[in-house]
Amino acid sequence: MSNPETKTVYPYIPNSTDQARKKMLSAVSAESVECFYADIPKYLRMQRPLDMPEPFLSEYELKQHVQKLLNKNRSTEECLSFLGGGCYQHHVPSICDEINQRSEFLTAYAGEPYDDHGRFQALFEYCSMMGELLEMDIVNVPVYDGHQAAATSIRMACRYTGKRKALVSATIHPDKLSMITEYCRSDVDIQVINVDTVTGGMCMESLKNALDDQTAVVYFDNPGYLGVVEDGEKICALAASFDAIPAVGVDPLSLGVLAPPSSYGARLVTGEIQALGIHMQFGGGNGGFIASHDETDLVMQYPSRLFGIAPTEVQGEYGFGDVAFERTSFDKRENGNEFVGTASALWGITAGVYLSLMGPQGMHDIANGIFQRNAYAKERLASIPGILIPHNNQSHFKEFVVNFDNTGKTVEEINRLLLKQDIFGGHDLSEKYPQFGQSALYCFTEIHSRDDIDTLCDALSEVI
Amino acid sequence: MNESSDGPLIGLIVNPIAGLGGKVGLKGSDGEHTQQRALALGGKGCGVERATLTLRQFSRHSRAFSIVTCQGDMGEHAVAKAGLVAQAVLPIGAAEGFSASDTVAAARWMFAMGVKLILFAGGDGTARNIMDAVGSDVLVLGIPAGVKVQSAVFAINPVSAAEIVRRFVSNDITGCTAAEVMDLDEEELRQQRVSARLYGYLNIPDDRSLTQSAKSRSKQSDRGAVCAIADEVKRTMNDETLYIIGPGMTTSALKERLEISGSLIGVDIVKGGKLICRDASEQDILATMDKYPGPSQLMVTCIGGQGFLLGRGNPQISSEVLTRIGCGRITVLATTNKLTSLRGRPLLVDTGSPWLDKLFNGYIPVITGFRERLVYRVASSLA
Amino acid sequence: MTDLTKNPIEDIRSHRHTDGKPNVRRYHQARWDEPIIFELSAEGERGVLVPEVDEEIKRTTKDVYKNLPASMMRESLPALPELSQNKVLRHYLRMSQQNLGADFQVDIGQGTCTMKYNPKVNEHLARSHKMSELHPLQDQDTVQGILEITHKFEQILKDISGMSRFSFQPRGGSAAIYANAAVIRKYHESRGDTDRDEIITTIFSHPSDAACAKLAGFKVITLYPNDDGYPDIEALKAAVSDRTAGLLITNPEDTGIFNPDIDEFVRIVHKAGGLCAYDQANANGLLGITRARDAGFDLCHFNLHKTFSTPHACGGPAVGAQGASKELECFLPGPLIDHDGERYFLNEDMPHSIGKVSAFYGSASIVMRAYAWVMNLGAEGLREVAEIAVLNNNYLMHEVLKIKGISAPYAEGKRRIEQVRYSWEELYRDTGIHSEQLGIRMADYGLHYWTSHHPFVVPEPATLEPTEAYSVEDLDEYVRTLKAVSEEAYTNPAMVRSAPHNCPIHKIKPEVLDDPERWSVTWRAYCRKLANQNE
Repeated sequence: MSNPETKTVYPYIPNSTDQARKKMLSAVSAESVECFYADIPKYLRMQRPLDMPEPFLSEYELKQHVQKLLNKNRSTEECLSFLGGGCYQHHVPSICDEINQRSEFLTAYAGEPYDDHGRFQALFEYCSMMGELLEMDIVNVPVYDGHQAAATSIRMACRYTGKRKALVSATIHPDKLSMITEYCRSDVDIQVINVDTVTGGMCMESLKNALDDQTAVVYFDNPGYLGVVEDGEKICALAASFDAIPAVGVDPLSLGVLAPPSSYGARLVTGEIQALGIHMQFGGGNGGFIASHDETDLVMQYPSRLFGIAPTEVQGEYGFGDVAFERTSFDKRENGNEFVGTASALWGITAGVYLSLMGPQGMHDIANGIFQRNAYAKERLASIPGILIPHNNQSHFKEFVVNFDNTGKTVEEINRLLLKQDIFGGHDLSEKYPQFGQSALYCFTEIHSRDDIDTLCDALSEVI
Repeated sequence: MNESSDGPLIGLIVNPIAGLGGKVGLKGSDGEHTQQRALALGGKGCGVERATLTLRQFSRHSRAFSIVTCQGDMGEHAVAKAGLVAQAVLPIGAAEGFSASDTVAAARWMFAMGVKLILFAGGDGTARNIMDAVGSDVLVLGIPAGVKVQSAVFAINPVSAAEIVRRFVSNDITGCTAAEVMDLDEEELRQQRVSARLYGYLNIPDDRSLTQSAKSRSKQSDRGAVCAIADEVKRTMNDETLYIIGPGMTTSALKERLEISGSLIGVDIVKGGKLICRDASEQDILATMDKYPGPSQLMVTCIGGQGFLLGRGNPQISSEVLTRIGCGRITVLATTNKLTSLRGRPLLVDTGSPWLDKLFNGYIPVITGFRERLVYRVASSLA
Repeated sequence: MTDLTKNPIEDIRSHRHTDGKPNVRRYHQARWDEPIIFELSAEGERGVLVPEVDEEIKRTTKDVYKNLPASMMRESLPALPELSQNKVLRHYLRMSQQNLGADFQVDIGQGTCTMKYNPKVNEHLARSHKMSELHPLQDQDTVQGILEITHKFEQILKDISGMSRFSFQPRGGSAAIYANAAVIRKYHESRGDTDRDEIITTIFSHPSDAACAKLAGFKVITLYPNDDGYPDIEALKAAVSDRTAGLLITNPEDTGIFNPDIDEFVRIVHKAGGLCAYDQANANGLLGITRARDAGFDLCHFNLHKTFSTPHACGGPAVGAQGASKELECFLPGPLIDHDGERYFLNEDMPHSIGKVSAFYGSASIVMRAYAWVMNLGAEGLREVAEIAVLNNNYLMHEVLKIKGISAPYAEGKRRIEQVRYSWEELYRDTGIHSEQLGIRMADYGLHYWTSHHPFVVPEPATLEPTEAYSVEDLDEYVRTLKAVSEEAYTNPAMVRSAPHNCPIHKIKPEVLDDPERWSVTWRAYCRKLANQNE
């Protein structure tokens, strides 16, 4: 270490003063901290200082440094963005940030249901409000993201049915499919059901052919990755007729207008909560939920934590705790169902704040407004020469495919030109979905005004 | 604790001569002859004293539970010494001549009265008597007072027994777990031979089902783990091998999984999914092996709090049987909880043959669950 | 100590000190008796309004639901509560006051969790719209800043671990463990070595090590510690075979005892053909001291929400940064972030990758916070973190062991690295009070306390990890309180047994939580099952 005269005292490290170091060393009768490392063989000791840049010791310089790097980014606040595809720009109500920035929640972790009562109640309430939205009695404490939730729901269905075969719609996010495949493959045989290129939904014919009595689960997203709202009832009924569990991924923000999947036969419902009051954060705002009815055998398949309400010694007082804790891997090591750990609890609390602010009317208004803006955008875009809306006859929530084949330009080129006008064009699908040619996924939410949509259309007319 | 208490009814049985033989080096107090010898040697039972220690943890004003007990040293005295009042005193255990049948009678009576828990102060013999009387129909908890407290039904000491009772009556403990009752033949023990077998199981309150704790709520029963072990073992079984399956709860779950009507505390022999011989003696095992000369495999669990794999609890599996099966052909089944309860002490073997014991020294993979093994140390108990 | 229930304090000065020595805190957590949010609902109230749809849009689109299958329309509005904005705020603020964040106390009781100070400047930076309002699919030219930050942070982690590359995809420690197990599987598959189906781990390892290995299709072989407290090397030798796929291990384990044979462990597994993954959940005392790769490890992971100071956030968002050696980096979950000499880019060209383990690129803003933290400290500062974390721990152990009824099992007299798993076995024998009960009593003094994962290999366990973030006075305060609670267990066990007394709620009756007839995971379930029952 450096010589005592010039030694830095670190604001985050109270005992970095010489006085403290000396006092503690003498208290434990140690000459130096080297005594504590005596068990580490010499040849495993690092013989040089870490090789890293000079630090910014003052808070001011540090802030300058990081902010300067961040300033190289251009945010969706500075530009007009039409990106969706699994992460969505919405208005984040101030109360959401106000709550999730509180030290009480932000810096807590895994206290008991007594000292951390607030966390338990806030997460119970989040689950309860999700339960109302989904019309299901069981909702878990958030997992990492919607991908994880979907993968887990498929494993749950296989454990529950004792079967290995899972049919997964290709209309889900390609990354989600990648994650599911790797996550499940040791115990599940995944078979992908292709996209119906006409509707942009799942190909019903392929589903019929693939279903048999060995099928544990049929998984699809509704709306799908391409924004299409499927006839979920038809798919679920077909799955159920083979005793397969219908499992549906859903955007909770759509549920002020769209039927909850439970109403059309889904037994496992999963999804992504980022849209519920959480900033996008370059994909860091994601969090996943899993929900089902209160079927005991299915409940026992949840790997994640379920918080339940429990009475206390004081009549009428609400306490909380883990329901059927024996399921989780914290408790049972390798006998637990999958694993459980730190995931995205703060986003669960935030989503709860969001739902309580929005209420029934707010959730209806926002979903309705998004449907209307999408319908308007579809009409406006379809009227631009060279632009096609391939699944125009479908109902779209938040996003839809826009095809540019007739413009003679690639999506990449078009997006570059739009960027010059401070517009983030729709996500380029041409690589992952070659069957759609030069297509992009355009997303419209409640933050897009008519002006914004018109601005996009004008810009597109200009650049193509 | 007085007549107007409205808590659950708890039965208290004290074996006044428990521990009698221990202090005078008699390795136990079973049998009238021994008891007389012990008394002659100046021995003194410690049942009353130990039970009093437990009861002293409760205030006389507590209304948490009511006590029903026996007369005199079989309970009444301990209750009084602790400053408590029994709700009822059964006419058992009059002044002198305590015998095992008193324990049996008291336990039956208490069961008929609907007690929620029988608390007893005694040793393995007392546990055995209570098991004979009530089996697994009522929860039981032992205050260790005997010379031999090999059975798993005892609290660590009288104070912790009180804590378990307290949590049981306040509904902090709601689960129960089956605990082994060991049958150690004292007569043989006195002859320098150990021949213990598993006598059966009593249900005890599951002490660790504690209050909620967020990250580490207490473990539940081992039931799930035992089933997972059975599944795992069944997967590895084939039709060619003769399986000799030892006694115990863990192996019993396997027997259930195989859908054979095996015995809980005996050795069963299975081949091709069928039960060939139930509750086999050493001779039965050897004879069956003669009859089926193909490969054989032994499946055992560790029995008793001491972690005995062989030599206690399963004397049928003798050194001759072991030699015939072959040392490498042993599958060990045990839950992780059972292994951790050994606190790092090795699994023990005492086959009666020192050179055979030596072969076991080392490490053995123990099947602890589905797709799960724990590598654990084995040592000769004589080492 | 003063029994507050009997002697109400009239002069706080007399409570703070006795004979010049400080006493335990006179603490009581907020208790708002806050109802469940549904009970606060008043018909018609609104918390926030959403932007109106432009009239022109409405005119143009008419019936937007004409293509929607009828069964896909919701029949009635969701039964969410209806609250005005300040009611929502008040409700959540009250709940926050009933939650004991690390910022409020000496949070050294949640051992293994590395509860260190979460610098506020990092939070302020994360709130910048230049971070919070970035969409993951933006043109990469518009996100050069966050890509650069991530790339630079990766270089630092590489030097800390000796590994070749890092992926920030995993959104938590367990996800990183899973990713390590998946890489091990993929590696053996890539060599056609498909018979390797066993993963070796230890009983002190995080439960996720075993769970994730099983999830990836492996059998799990667990090693037990020897008398020195680290896994028995002879047991490892007995466990390895040509079926060994890999070793998942932590060092030091939660006992805080460094396993000096760690490189020998790695050699044994390598010799058998397996890979070795280092779960660096306990890395806080080792920054700049010793490195995973130098001990031969092929894979490792760091929890940024532990060692690298990002907030625990009630359990996420988080990052389990996964590191791999040169040979294994091609299997990491993509994309990785590369620099082509001019710009940073997301490298999706990873044909051997295990694929995605989470959406997009994981928790990018957590990586940004961790970067800010290391850039504030530098090489010397990180070393200071490690040294003070270890010094704090050994000082704490020295003081804690003076308390009646507690011990530090294994390797008696030996120093520890960054944490210790203690045992209250003696106190339990003496008093019948369990470690968990002491923990709940600690909450009465505003302090966290944690036992251990199951199984309890150490009887009546308690795990304390002081990190570098607390002063010697802070540590003394924790010890003082722990001592007071131990004394209570001996002298007034009823007080401990009936705890909590100073928390927002009283002792929970947990039976309903394991009873399918009565468990209630949501308010709607509660209303159906329990609300009308008179307990």
